[in-house]
Amino acid sequence: MLEARGITYAYPGAARALYQGFDLAVAPDERVALCAPSGFGKTTLCRLLAGYERPQAGEVLVDGEPLPRRGACPVQMIWQHPEAAVDPRMRMGATLAEAGEVPGRLLDDLGIQKRWLSRYPHELSGGELQRFCIARALAANPRYLVADEVSTMLDALTQAQIWRFLMDETSRRGIGLVFVSHSPALTDRIATRVVRLGA
Amino acid sequence: MSETQKGAARAEETRAEQVPACGRAAELDALADTLFGGHEALEHADEQEHHHHTHAPASHHEHGHHLLQVEDLSVGFRMYDEDAPFFRARQRFVEVISSLTISVHAGEIVAVVGASGSGKTLLADAVLGLFEPNATVRGRIWFDGELQDAAGLAALRGNGVSLVPQSVNNLDPLMKVGRQVEGFAHPDVPHAERRRRRAELFERYGLSEETAQLYPFELSGGMARRVLLCCALMDDPHVIVADEPTPGLDLDLAVRALDDFRAFADAGGGVMLITHDIELALRVADRVAVFKDGTVVEETAVANFASPDTLAHPFSRALWHALPEHGFRDRNVGEGSGKGGFHA
Repeated sequence: MLEARGITYAYPGAARALYQGFDLAVAPDERVALCAPSGFGKTTLCRLLAGYERPQAGEVLVDGEPLPRRGACPVQMIWQHPEAAVDPRMRMGATLAEAGEVPGRLLDDLGIQKRWLSRYPHELSGGELQRFCIARALAANPRYLVADEVSTMLDALTQAQIWRFLMDETSRRGIGLVFVSHSPALTDRIATRVVRLGA
Repeated sequence: MSETQKGAARAEETRAEQVPACGRAAELDALADTLFGGHEALEHADEQEHHHHTHAPASHHEHGHHLLQVEDLSVGFRMYDEDAPFFRARQRFVEVISSLTISVHAGEIVAVVGASGSGKTLLADAVLGLFEPNATVRGRIWFDGELQDAAGLAALRGNGVSLVPQSVNNLDPLMKVGRQVEGFAHPDVPHAERRRRRAELFERYGLSEETAQLYPFELSGGMARRVLLCCALMDDPHVIVADEPTPGLDLDLAVRALDDFRAFADAGGGVMLITHDIELALRVADRVAVFKDGTVVEETAVANFASPDTLAHPFSRALWHALPEHGFRDRNVGEGSGKGGFHA
């Protein structure tokens, strides 16, 4: 169970807290969609869940334990802007290696071509970069995956392939999924539960 | 054809009359006329389909030519062989876009949809005259009836052609976004006027006045996207090239942005809307160009996207089937293209 218990978070200097005593629980067999208008703080919530930010009050727990301060986090996040989530001065092979050994099967399933590994991020398109980011997140053996609008830079065909792959992979490995999407049609298809943050 | 022949005839005359001193320049001009006369030199009647492109009911040829016409565009990169060992890798030339032709008429939105990694962003960059150092770009780009070279395209950038870039990294990380947006106005516009226009745009897109005082890293993905949109709308362009303007925006905002493009087109501008979001594109666009492997495989009216039967190319049909509301199919079902995988 990935739990957020009574989370309060405000950006420094902000007039109003983004979250006040916010609760969320995600089971390993769930795919939870987060819905809120742009600028509401969806990405911030993702960052909190994945341990990039610490809440000012409340806690984030994985199976009853707080997120570890060292080592690979059991909650991995896939970011909204892949071009900002990779080091521009590292070849893609080195970027993937950040997560340790990446099984070749994962690369094949995501359609990552071997020759892309020697390229730099600016030599790949946004959609190709996002596949690397997904592979990197999955190679870290997460128990939960947080996907922040991961498919908006993909065409419909690739989006369908990537989501199908993510759904298979998460259900096979028992990974709980939290995702953000602005597309109602996509949310309907994938989510087992929808959480509306604004309401 | 008549215009081209006239051009050739004129060339003959010039050659006959002029003395050798300026004969060379005239000869070059004539050569350009005959060689590059191409599509633009033809008389355009506003018929539904002529040459290799179609027309939407609303679009028209102002002064007998297209607002933006890209002909036979090829973009390639010089890079090292990726399969060879590091020290023995030779340079080779990889062509990413090949013989691409696309046109934007006054008063219309052309949506460019296609696979990720097929070179859509490179097309936008080429139209804006933005080239990577190792790129080789060939082809002809006409803007408002005039053939442009690299310097011409660079001069038009921000002075007639505006870009909504794909990456939020395009914002200056060290400048407050309000100032950045104001900087996109025409240099003659006084500061008070710029600020008023910027405030108007911010209000329209639901960005509060305090947002203007923020730096890009303090913005959410959707807010940054809206700031990029405001940048393009600050100036008074003729053509907007929008490279994925809607990711990160909720449906309301995305529709508002596209409605603004529609209004801009209805006022006589032209929009090239590069997007993955076919559903959204279909709401506002007049024509759709389907892009695959670096070229346009089908240019069709929006109405034809109502059903897969009216789409000519297998890839267009595969796209239609992959939409979440049409089955979310991830293979080219029944299209027999064999590949079906990612390497489309």
